Amino acid sequence: MIRKILAAWAPMIALAGALFCAPAGAEEAGRTPVPHPPKGQGEHCVADTEFMRRNHMKMLFHDRKETVHEGVRGEKFSLAGCVSCHAVKGADGKPVAFSSDQHFCKSCHSYAAVKIDCFECHASRPAEMPQKAASAPADAPYAAIASYVRDMKPEVKP
Amino acid sequence: MTAPDQNTDVDRRALIKSAVGLATVTLAPGVTLYAFGVEAASAPVTSAKRWGMLIDINKCPPGCDLCVTACQQENGWKSTGHPSTDAQWIRKVTLRDPETGKTREAPAMCQHCATPPCVDVCPTGASFKRADGIVLVDKHICIGCRYCMMACPYKARSFVHEEIDDQKTVAPRGKGTVESCTFCVDRVDAGRIPACVESCGVKGGAAMIFGDLNDPNSEIRKAVSAMATTQIRADLGLDPGVRYRNL
Repeated sequence: MIRKILAAWAPMIALAGALFCAPAGAEEAGRTPVPHPPKGQGEHCVADTEFMRRNHMKMLFHDRKETVHEGVRGEKFSLAGCVSCHAVKGADGKPVAFSSDQHFCKSCHSYAAVKIDCFECHASRPAEMPQKAASAPADAPYAAIASYVRDMKPEVKP
Repeated sequence: MTAPDQNTDVDRRALIKSAVGLATVTLAPGVTLYAFGVEAASAPVTSAKRWGMLIDINKCPPGCDLCVTACQQENGWKSTGHPSTDAQWIRKVTLRDPETGKTREAPAMCQHCATPPCVDVCPTGASFKRADGIVLVDKHICIGCRYCMMACPYKARSFVHEEIDDQKTVAPRGKGTVESCTFCVDRVDAGRIPACVESCGVKGGAAMIFGDLNDPNSEIRKAVSAMATTQIRADLGLDPGVRYRNL
């Protein structure tokens, strides 16, 4: 009986062991790659990450009507705000354009195969490079490490 | 943000009040919106204002193109190497009296008509006039059909033929859409004057005046009341917001 139970559970135990032993960042090296969008510069985004993931596009709709047609300025959320905070520094030290794979929108949008046309008209880089810029690793293996380091970095006291 | 000390009864309003320059709004459990700097958005524009421009041709020196370069600098349009199709938000035109041969120059751009034909013909509603008289293209809904370019008697609009990736933040512009002078709408909304007027006033002949045609105390209103001014093709009855003097 015990042998039977063991036989039934053996694959599960083996699987659990494999999962437990998997090194950090295995998601990158594994068969399920996940996007690692570069982080913005501030303490946090204008809303929680979960909320932003679902709703960032809706938060920009007001500009199309209120700002363009009615001249309402200074609303809380703007594409220019996203672009400024999330600017990624390229090899030349200047913010990269949307044509670059390092652009902050690219990571998730390539992953989800969602084509955006915001930057066919809108500026995809800030006019001036912000003091601190996010950095996006050019190739995948470093993404998990960089993300890990960013998360683990102790807060710098001024 | 200051933490609520041991007092667990602190209500949310008090907590929000305690934040200095940082407002948070809880939309739903676990969802928080942050906004830096508690600033109210501006009110929608109204027809109480009618933005207009007055250009004194006598003060516009031949060969000077400060208004054009200022516009290019501000709004990011430039030559793509195809002069026949390049965008022109503003240009210097040369006027010649065929009898005397006398020539003079004047800047020409969107005349921001009160009854704009470009808006009449637009099939999608992309070409529109703001309540304060500024005529614009909403590129989100422009399909690039160029009817408005055909309809405009001033040839003020341009079509973008090539992909662009170095736009200015204040002036979105892209391939497949029509564009024209916006009176530097973002600057106007911020209480400033258009880039061309500023440049002309600082370094040029101070030929351009910008302001509210409805405000009896504005410089432009006083000027158009005191002296004879001309609207180009006034016979069309479009009531352009751009007027010329000594044309």
